[in-house]
This record gives sequence, structure tokens and C-alpha cells, in this order.
Amino acid sequence: MNALLQVENLRVEIAARKRRLVAIDDVSFEIAAGEVLGVVGESGAGKSVTGTAVLGLLEAPAVQAGGRILFDGRRIDTLSEEGMRALRGKEIAAVFQDPLTSLDPLMTIGDQLTETMLTHLPMTRAEGEARAGELLAEVGIPAPRERLQAYPHELSGGMRQRVVLALAFCCAPRLIIADEPTTALDVSIQAQILDLLRRMCRERGTAVMLVTHDMGVIAEVADRVAVMYAGRVAEIGPTRQLIAHAAHPYTRGLMASIPSMRRREKELTQIPGAMPRPDAPVAGCAFHPRCPQAFARCAAERPPAFPVGAARVACWLADPAFEGVPA
Amino acid sequence: MNGTDIILSVDQLTVRFDASPPLLKRLVTGAKRRTVHAVEAVDFQVERGSTFALVGESGCGKSTIARTIAGIQAPTKGAVSFMGVNVAGFRTRHAALPYRRNLQMIFQDPYASLNPRWRIGRIIAEPILTHRLMTRGAALDARIAELLATVGLSPKDAQKYPHQFSGGQRQRISIARALAANPAFVVCDEPTSALDVSVQAQILNLMKQLQRELGLTFLLISHNLAVVAHMADRLGVMYLGRLVEQGDAEQILARPLHPYTRALLDTVPDPHAPHRPRARLSGEVPSPLAPPSGCAFHPRCPLADARCAAERPEPIRVDAVSVACHAVAEGRIDAAQPDRPKDQQSLEQSGDAA
Ligand SMILES: Nc1ncnc2c1ncn2[C@@H]1O[C@H](COP(=O)(O)OP(=O)(O)OP(=O)(O)O)[C@@H](O)[C@H]1O
Ligand SMILES: Nc1ncnc2c1ncn2[C@@H]1O[C@H](COP(=O)(O)OP(=O)(O)OP(=O)(O)O)[C@@H](O)[C@H]1O
Ligand SMILES: [Mg+2]
Ligand SMILES: [Mg+2]
Repeated sequence: MNALLQVENLRVEIAARKRRLVAIDDVSFEIAAGEVLGVVGESGAGKSVTGTAVLGLLEAPAVQAGGRILFDGRRIDTLSEEGMRALRGKEIAAVFQDPLTSLDPLMTIGDQLTETMLTHLPMTRAEGEARAGELLAEVGIPAPRERLQAYPHELSGGMRQRVVLALAFCCAPRLIIADEPTTALDVSIQAQILDLLRRMCRERGTAVMLVTHDMGVIAEVADRVAVMYAGRVAEIGPTRQLIAHAAHPYTRGLMASIPSMRRREKELTQIPGAMPRPDAPVAGCAFHPRCPQAFARCAAERPPAFPVGAARVACWLADPAFEGVPA
Repeated sequence: MNGTDIILSVDQLTVRFDASPPLLKRLVTGAKRRTVHAVEAVDFQVERGSTFALVGESGCGKSTIARTIAGIQAPTKGAVSFMGVNVAGFRTRHAALPYRRNLQMIFQDPYASLNPRWRIGRIIAEPILTHRLMTRGAALDARIAELLATVGLSPKDAQKYPHQFSGGQRQRISIARALAANPAFVVCDEPTSALDVSVQAQILNLMKQLQRELGLTFLLISHNLAVVAHMADRLGVMYLGRLVEQGDAEQILARPLHPYTRALLDTVPDPHAPHRPRARLSGEVPSPLAPPSGCAFHPRCPLADARCAAERPEPIRVDAVSVACHAVAEGRIDAAQPDRPKDQQSLEQSGDAA
């Protein structure tokens, strides 16, 4: 595979009072040009921290403590602050989980879009302003021209989210790190944004790392999915395989927790317990205390990633040498 | 609705915002005043101990209704009465206190709603202290620990600051804060959209459990229709500031009447049936700055005719549902035999793969 983004053995640590906590441990994945990698997983699993590391935006107390990040074959985790800033915004764009961090409350959204384009693209102010209106229309903002004058606080939650998407798209980046870009959006706008993303991938070869909690969205747009748990990749593989035949017990639990429009259960299936946090790591497989299929080895030894079909699964059950639970 | 206990009643609620350019600019360029019609003549009632859900496109006015009920936004017209008291009528902070205790809000944006300089313990204690339910001390600490455990966090987290948590963890903190003062009513604006599905399942189960045990009432706003289907007793579908269909949630989800509701339900992505042809809402997204004449949905409605463009439909009753649509009223849409169940069957078959 010709990967545009390669993340190899990434490790991120967080300096705490007495020790260093491991937030991301040995995470590896790649994304090809034109491909959408979906990233799902427990809240607090490290999805946003991973995205932030790729963008070179980790802030103290979090630091990259190991591994390499390559963009277009070139190492970017060692780039200078300026080198990285030039790359961000132009080649690599970000949509953050929190739309307000990306928007300046004191600037109209039209000015924010225009300024961003003028910084990175050769165009005149008039061209920039015209393009800004088009962008708002593309992300489905009603009355786009009038809304250019609006300040962020005058927009609904979903509209702000769409402005952030327009900001990310405006310079035609090659890689988009999108952290829950559609959670604040209704299903029809969501469908429209996903169409737009997919079109950018197909037509311009844009690569996307799409963090989302919505398996429906994953099924619609992701080519492959990475499932994260406690700072590691539990399972990564083609979307279809993962949804139909999840191999990791955590992924299976996740799939079972999804409420359905079809039947109305009295209670939703939930995975008992909570994910271990960086300040209280567990030995062996991080999922073993909650795993219905755990056996002695799971508590003692951390499973490496085993190949299962086109997927990689970090679970002892996926070990080709596994021959049933010893009595 | 006699014999039932109505905890919240919203009558002809209208909220408009002035979005005009600054006066000077208006004078120079001759631009006109502009008004955002965020909420128009909305009527609904919520029974104690039930869950009422509001759904609809982004920008249709859901959060504005929520903020008005919470007393943060003043209505332009109409009234909101909570436990028999008019919400907009409080003269002093003191008069509003008992009301505030009983009505808590979980905000759409878990980032903006937590004070970044406060420790989690203080954030959660705030409603308890404001309403003088407890004083500082060991009992309060124990209560905070209990609340943190309820939402799946650790008692140790009380010592930390919001930036040390992920998006979903922050949302759980705001849920703990909302529950701290033992409210009767909780307005939940997208309570689980920042959460992964397994934590979401825990929170939704928790909300249902609290409802059973404490008789809590919820107003739930969510774009996730599966969540709504799981939680809601009654459902209100909004389009451009107006309620176009409301009533029994099960009936609406099984047999949607309004063409907008049908389109909405058709767009839901399903992990077990991806890439199925989903009918998209076509046409220009309407603007609350200049709502269309007649039925606001008519420019995008497949069934619209001249009457729809000219005359606003009044709500009519069909079984346990009230719907505002000329096509339904005139029988141009088959109320008894819509296409929904067939659609669901095919989903059911493909749904057992996982
Ligand atoms: N500055 C920080 N200080 C301490 N802990 C941190 C900090 N930033 C992140 N963490 C911890 O790192 C872990 C991973 O967080 P991250 O934000 O990546 O989660 P996430 O997978 O994006 O979750 P969500 O789905 O809830 O957004 C969490 O346990 C979080 O508490
Ligand atoms: N302070 C304000 N000034 C001007 N317009 C506003 C203000 N607050 C909200 N609006 C407008 O009112 C309309 C309704 O907004 P609201 O936040 O209620 O939408 P919503 O249904 O909650 O949408 P979402 O699902 O995106 O959160 C939008 O057009 C929005 O731009
Ligand atoms: Mg996150
Ligand atoms: Mg809202």
C-alpha cells in the first residue's frame, strides 16, 4: 500500500506529579491517499490524543515518547514548529472535537474563512470572499451569503460545526484529521457532509482519519476501521469484515451496545465495568477485567497484534497457536 | 390531558433574534433589519416521569427551546410554565432558586459548559452549595464521590481539572453535576453524542433507571434517532422553528405521517445496511432569516401543491399523534398504510449479521 500517512509504534506519555502516565502505547496504522480510516473506541481511549500527535499539536504535559509519524514518506514528528505550522492548514487540516476552539469568537465567520485562504493560497481578497460563500453553501449552511456576517455565537451548534468543516476544506488539504466532525449534526446534513468528504477522497485523493462514535457513519464512509481501547489499537481491518465478524471481544461488545431503531429493548446491552485509565493501568490485556472470554494468559501477558483475514487483532483468542482455553 | 400530571407546559412559544447588521452599516449600505425566526408558536406538554424528545434539522430551534425552558433565554412571545409557575416571570434570583434546583440542564457542548479553572469536585458541588442542600465537609465529599461513581468516573477524579479529561469524560461530569441537586426535570441537549456507544449505553440505562427510581422527567434533544427511539415516550418533530408532528413516539417512528418526518427517518445511517439508497432531502436548505410562506417545508416536499405554498397547515389529530400537513389532512398521503414497515422488514433481515 502506498501510504500517505504512516504512524509507527506511537507512544504518548503524560507527565503527572510523580510519574509519567502512558496515554498512547505502541499504536501503528497507515492511511493511503483517497482512503478513509475510521477510528472508534471507548471514550478516553486516546483517539483525540493520537490525532493531536499526528498534527504535531501535543501540549505539555503530553509528549511523544516514542515511535515515528511519516507524511508522504517524510518524517514529520521531528519537524520544527514552523515547518509543522506550514504543513498544517495547507497539506494537513484538522477538524477538532470542540468546534469553539477552532473559531475566533471575535471575528465573523466570513473573515475567518477568507483570512485562512489568503494565508495559504494565492488569491485576492475578493476571490477569497466569494469562495467563502461557496464553501458555506457546500457544507449546507442556509442563506450562506448573509451568514458570512455572523459571529460564531449566533450560530446553532451544528452550524458552527459546519463552519469548522468549511475551514478545514478551504485549502484543499491532502490529509484531514476529523475528530467527530458530524456528531453535532442532524442526519440529513450529516449525509451531505459525508458525501462531501467521500467526494474529496475520490476526486482529489484526500486521505481522512475520521474519529467517530457512530458505527452507522463508519459503515457509510470508512474503508478501514481502527478500534482503540486504553491507548492501544485493539483491532484494525476492513470495515465490512469488522462490522460483520468483529474478532476482538471489545469490538463485539461495542457493536452490541448500539441502540437499534428496529427493536426497543428495555435495557441496552452494556459492557460491565469501565476502561482502565492511564493512571491505573492493568497488566496483560487492558480489556481482560471486562472480557467475558478472558482466561489466565490474558491477565498475565499483553497480546500482540495477530493477523485475522485482512485485519490485525490484539487478542489471545486470535493467536494462531491458540487451542482453546486450558482447563 | 386530564388526570395526568403535567410538569412542563409550553404554550405558543416564539423566540426571535435580531440579526441585523450594525446600525451604521445599515445606514451606509441601506441593508435592512433581519430577524431570525428561531422558534415559532410551539406548543407541547410534558408529563411527569416521562421522556419527551425533540428532533429536527440542525438550526431548527431545539437548543433555543431548551434554553428558554432553562430560563436562560427570554421568550419573544408565549409562555413556559414549569410545575405551575411561569418561567419567564421571576423577578429576583431568589425567587428563581427553587425552580432552578428542580430543573437542570445538560448542555450540547461539554467543553463550553465546565469552568476550566475549577476542580471537578467543585464543579459538581456547585448546585448543591448554591441551593444549600448540604454544607462543605465529609458528607458532601461522599456525595460527590457517589455521583462520580454513578456516571462511571472515579472518586479520585474530583481533584482534577476539566482539561485532563476526554470529551466523553467531560460529558459525564456535566451529567453528574446535573444530577447533584436531585432535580425533578433534566433538559438533555445531545447528552450522549460525545460518547462512544458502550458508555452511551451505560448513560442511557442510567437515565432510565433514575427515571424509574426517582420519577425523573427528561426533555431529550438528539440527532440520533436510535437513541430517541430507545428513550422517548413522546416525540416532537421540528422543522424551521415549528413543531410539524408530535405525539406517541412509538407511533411516529413506526408510522411517520409528515413528509418531513418520513424523510428524516429515511436518512438514518444503519451500520448493518450501509450504502442503501437513502432518500435525501432535496432542495435548498431553508433559512430562518426568511422562512418560506405557507408550510415551511413546501419547497422541499414531494407532495406540495399550491395550497401548501399559500396557507400554513394547522395541526390535526391522527390516533395518538398531531400533525400539521395539508397532504395528510386531505388524505393525499396514506395515513394507514405508509411504506415504513416494509422498509423495516428488510432491515431486520440484514441486521443479524453481527
Ligand atoms: N492534558 C492531560 N492531562 C491528563 N490526562 C490527559 C490529558 N489529555 C488527555 N488525557 C487523558 O488521556 C486519555 C485519552 O484522551 P483522549 O482525549 O485521546 O480520548 P478520546 O479517545 O478522544 O475520548 P473521547 O471519545 O471521549 O473524546 C484520557 O484518559 C484522558 O483523561
Ligand atoms: N444569539 C443568537 N443570535 C442570533 N441567532 C441565533 C442566536 N442563537 C441562535 N440563533 C439562531 O437560531 C436558530 C436556531 O438555533 P438553535 O441553536 O436553537 O438550533 P438547534 O436546533 O439546537 O440546532 P443544532 O442541532 O445545530 O444544535 C439558528 O438559525 C441560529 O443561528
Ligand atoms: Mg476525543
Ligand atoms: Mg442545538
